[in-house]
Order: sequence, then structure tokens, then C-alpha cells
Amino acid sequence: MKMKGVRMPRTQVYNAITERLEILDPNGTVDETLMPELSADAMCEIYRDMVRMRAMDDKALKLQRQGRMGTWPPIKGQEAIQAGVAQAMKNEDWLIPAFREHGIMLLRGVPAHLIYAYWAGDERGSAYPDGVRVFPVAVPVGSQWQHGTGVGLSLKLRGERAVAVTLGGDGSTSEGDFHEAMNCAGVFKTNSVFVIQNNQWAISVPLHQQTASETLAQKAHAYGIPGVQVDGNDVFAVYSAAAEALDRARNGDGPTLIEAVTYRLGDHTTADDASRYRKDEEVAAWEKRDPILRLRRYLEGRGLWDDAQEQTQLEAAQSWVEEQVTALESMPPQDPSDIFTHMYADLPPHLAEQMAEVLEEVGS
Amino acid sequence: MSTAEISVAEIETGAGPTEKLTIAQAVRDAMRDEMDRDPMVVVLGEDVGIDGGVFRATDGLIERFGPERVIDTPLAESAIIGMSVGMAATGMRPVAEIQFMGFVYPAINQLLGHAARMRNRTRGHLTVPMVVRMPYGGGIHPPEHHSESYETLFLNTPGFKVVVPSNPYDAKGLLIAAIRDDDPVLFMEPKRIYRAFRENVPIEPYTVPIGKASVDHEGDDVTLISWGAMVRVCHDAAEMLAREDLSVEVVDLRTLNPLDRDTILASVEKTGRAVVVHEAPRTNGFGGEIAALIGEHLLLHLLAPVQRVAGFDVVFPASKNEHLYLPTRDRIAKAVRRTMEF
Repeated sequence: MKMKGVRMPRTQVYNAITERLEILDPNGTVDETLMPELSADAMCEIYRDMVRMRAMDDKALKLQRQGRMGTWPPIKGQEAIQAGVAQAMKNEDWLIPAFREHGIMLLRGVPAHLIYAYWAGDERGSAYPDGVRVFPVAVPVGSQWQHGTGVGLSLKLRGERAVAVTLGGDGSTSEGDFHEAMNCAGVFKTNSVFVIQNNQWAISVPLHQQTASETLAQKAHAYGIPGVQVDGNDVFAVYSAAAEALDRARNGDGPTLIEAVTYRLGDHTTADDASRYRKDEEVAAWEKRDPILRLRRYLEGRGLWDDAQEQTQLEAAQSWVEEQVTALESMPPQDPSDIFTHMYADLPPHLAEQMAEVLEEVGS
Repeated sequence: MSTAEISVAEIETGAGPTEKLTIAQAVRDAMRDEMDRDPMVVVLGEDVGIDGGVFRATDGLIERFGPERVIDTPLAESAIIGMSVGMAATGMRPVAEIQFMGFVYPAINQLLGHAARMRNRTRGHLTVPMVVRMPYGGGIHPPEHHSESYETLFLNTPGFKVVVPSNPYDAKGLLIAAIRDDDPVLFMEPKRIYRAFRENVPIEPYTVPIGKASVDHEGDDVTLISWGAMVRVCHDAAEMLAREDLSVEVVDLRTLNPLDRDTILASVEKTGRAVVVHEAPRTNGFGGEIAALIGEHLLLHLLAPVQRVAGFDVVFPASKNEHLYLPTRDRIAKAVRRTMEF
């Protein structure tokens, strides 16, 4: 006997588009229709900030070679992301960095000499001034995404109109913690903004070996949250996307994932030699897309910046950096007891004994 | 003497009307009382909401406090701890549940890499006052991965406090103390005895101090040192040995870090003999640390080598064989007799 079949539909249950936002091209020309509202003063200030970041970074590399700094992960090339996101943040917002975020940490109130101190091997470098809403550097890759979800949930539950902004690299999106953090942020609609600094390289592993996804922004679809890709060397695109995402989170409409495409112009850290795994031509091509150069061209084109101002700013940034080095190197030495005293709110007896042992050893 | 009588006699604070509770109910009441007192206390974990927890340790909390404070999370242990770190560092007091200690591995990065270190690495500027509740230990005939005792993982990681109650009175008082503590506290709950017995527990909130052991049962010949579900087995052994005219003292550590060394050393100095009992595997287990501590301080007082009665150095057996693994009254009694015959 022949069974009579039915026709079952095969339907599309999901379809998604991921957009890329660019406003400022490498020649310094903008799409006026997309330009965010920023005063001339604000734009010049952003530029000055980016120049200061570069100076802070350059100086750290020099200090490291002179034996005055520990291992340093340079941010060169990623200044537009950090300045653009910082510009979109408000006083009450929290920043949760990974470890290549010195620029945005600086703009969120962490003094540069403390950033230096951390990388020079001094925990006091993560003891920020009161009121600075910045988490310490997160070295275990990807772990900070979870904190960004937790802080976003904390702000939401307490009804604070504030946002947790978390940054991390492209490599960190391969960690399970990235998935868990995005998933939970989507479920709880936390006050969070996640910014991937996609600098193409996780030490020696290029993006195409990190993921088979065409973009990182599209991963947002899987978590039911908005995702957008921006040109990470275009400070206006970064600012624009970040401002929109922060508004959304602040208004209780949930998290956003921003992929900012950039390039790590330097080595992974001072302990790395990138010439072992990538070609000079690739680096040279990205140097032409330098985010600082690009903004300068735009400002010059609008008559907001000239060579004299450039010279003044370079000198100002240099002397500011030297002040930071002086502040770093005039920090009094830590007390040997410091390695014990902050383990717990109250020093337990066994640590008191061990502390006495160390103090006797160093004769203090 | 039953543990119930002993514990009630030891009430530090909160004397007053009591009710008969199991450990699971006492744990639930501790969270309820603290959530009543402090709006920053929230509970989060898998199935802690409408289900009331797979052991019912959060039963009724969601009805009282709503889903914003009793948060059913996605099935993601690392996120439960990672989010708790973020919440605790920004002023909340999360009480996270890891459904079984055997499932804590995905959260190790967040626990060891962040929770235990935040205060120190920021020199006290950011702290994470959070509690992680974890049912631990064997004896309930479950599937694989539901019987582990992983305290040693955390005891070699400075920055945590590690607390293990053995009875309903301590469970409530220690959990309230843990929630009020300014450091991350790992709270191991002996699931085998979650509902094994009831005892009088004060209705009012009270604390049992973290870092303080209790001498449950006084004796002169041998000191049994244990924690969690094994404390009751030690009491059984002590009762049996009493019929052989052996006077056994039972020390319930209650907190493993910071360890109450004074209570351990005072007891062993008096008896001259010690047996440490725990469920975790013997080699590199916490019993070795306690034996070393006793050796360092009391060598000339000792009448016999310190004995260890522990789990064997094997994968925790599936349910048909778990009786072979877990320390029993008879194994403990044998170890005690060995110290007497030395």
C-alpha cells in the first residue's frame, strides 16, 4: 500500500546583515552625511589625546630597552579606537580593559605613571585614584568580557544610567569566556558595550586562523544583540558607533558588540619579534592607514590644525611623558610587607608569620 | 552525644527561638535573611530560581525576592563566576551557586585568575565580596562528576577563604558570615548530609566566625580532625571507640582557610595522637598539610605518627563502587587503633 505523504515547508527562520561603518577615509576626507556632532575643539582635543597616547607608547618602548620598564604591549596603530570609545563615555561609565588599552585607560582617568608602574612590575599601578571607574588590566585572555557582562548587570540591577565598556582583542573572541559573556549579556540585556580591537594578529596567529567567520561583528547575531563593524582607524566611525551603543545600553536597551578593524603596528609585546611571522610590506601598507595621520589630514583640510600646532603638541606630549617618567621613577619603593597586607581584608595569622619572616630577611 | 545537642550548646549569638532545619534549609534561610537585610545581596546560578535549586537550597527565594535578585543564569559556570566578579567589584554581594563542585573546572580561570587576586593586585582598591556555594562530596549514588571534593585546588590558591559546614547550625551561621565577609569565600556544602538530619537552628540571623574550628566532642587519647560530611562519620567512630574505652576528641575545622591552627595544636598537644579524615584523595590532600603542621609544632608531644584516612588516589568511582572509596567509621577506627598501638 502506498502511503500518502505531506509536503513540509523548508523555511528561512533567520537572516542577518552585518554593517560596516566608515566615515573618514585614509586621505582625511569625511562623508558629511555620516559625521557625528563634534565641535572643532573636541576634534582637536581627540587629536591631541591620540598624539599623547603615541608618545606614551614610544617612551615605554624606549624605557624597556633601557631596562627601566618591564614587558610592554604597544598600542601603536590602535589609538583611534581608544580615543573614539573614550569620547563616547561619560563619567559614570565603567571601563573594563584587557591589556592593550593604555590609551583609553589614560583617557578614563588612570594616570600614565601608574600605567607605567603596572608594566614596570609594581601592583600600585593598579591602585587607581578614588572615583576612577576602571578595572585593572586583565591578562588572562578573554576573561575580562565576563566582567563586562557582570558590571553591566550590576549597573542595570541598581538602576544606574551607566554603562560597562569592555575592550579586548580579536584573539580573545576564540575563548569560551567571550561566548559566555556575550550570551549572558544578551539574555540579561545588560548595560554593556563590547569593543573588539581587531588588530589582525594574536601574537603570531592571524585572524583567518582564529575564526572561520568573515567578520567578528556578525557573531553578535548568535547572541541576539546588535553588532557592527567599524573602520578602527577612523576615529569618527568608532566614536559614532560607540556613542550609539552607549546610548542604547544607558537607556536599558541592552548590549552591543562593536568590531573595530585595525592593525597592530608594533610587536605583540617587547618580548616578541613580529618579523618572524608577518611581512614588512603588510606593516608598511597599514602604516599608510595610520589613524593619527588620517585625523591630522582631516583637521588640516578644515583649517583646524597646522604645522605650528603640530610642533607645539609634539613638544607638549613629550614633556608630559617625561613628567610621567619622573613620577614613575620617584615613586617610593613598596614596603616588603605589601605583598601580604592586601591578600585579605584582615591579615590572617599564618600570613602575619610569613610577613615577619620576610621582614626579618630584608632587615626592616 | 549527637551533633545537634553539641551545636546548640555552642550558639555564639542569636540565641532565641529555634526551628528544626536540615542543612539545605539552613543554607536557604541564611541567604533569605541576608537578602532581607542587604539589597546588594543577589543569588545567581543554574536552576536557582523557579526550581529552587536542584537540592532546593534556594527554595522559595525567587517568590520572595523576584527574578532580579534570584537569577537563573544560562548554563555557564565561567560566566556565573565571571559576572559575579564584575558585580562584586562594583558594590554588589553576589552569592553564586556552582550546581556541583565537579563542574567548577570551567570557572577556574575566573576563580583563580581573578576572584582570588583582585584585592591584592589593586592594593585594596577593588575587592570582590562574593560567595561561591558548591555542593561537594560523595555518597549520594549520582552519575559521574557529581561526587568530587576539590578543596585542595583552592587551598593552594591564596586569596580565598574556604568554608565547609558539617551541620545545620554552622551552615546558617557560616553562610551569613561568608556573605558579610569582604573577601571571596568558597562555601562547600556537604550534599550527602543536606537532608540527612535536622537540628535546632535559631530563627534570627547569627554568625559563626570564619577561621574558627570547633571541638565537637572532647577526649584525651586521640584527636580526629575533619570537616564537612566526614565529621559525622568521625562522631560515629568516636562513639564506637568509646565502647573500647578510647577517649576520642573530634575537631570540626569548619574553615579550611584561614586554618584555625591554635585549636588543632591545642587538641593534639593534649592527646598526643592525631588522625585526619577527608574525602578528597589522600596524596597531596589537605590532610598532608595538617600532618606537616602538627609535625612542625608538636614533634616531641606526639605519641604516634599522624594518620590520614582519606579518599584513595583514584578517579571517584561510579555509584556501585563509591562505598569502597569513601572513608568509613571502621577505617577511621582502625587508624585510631594504629595510633594507640604504635
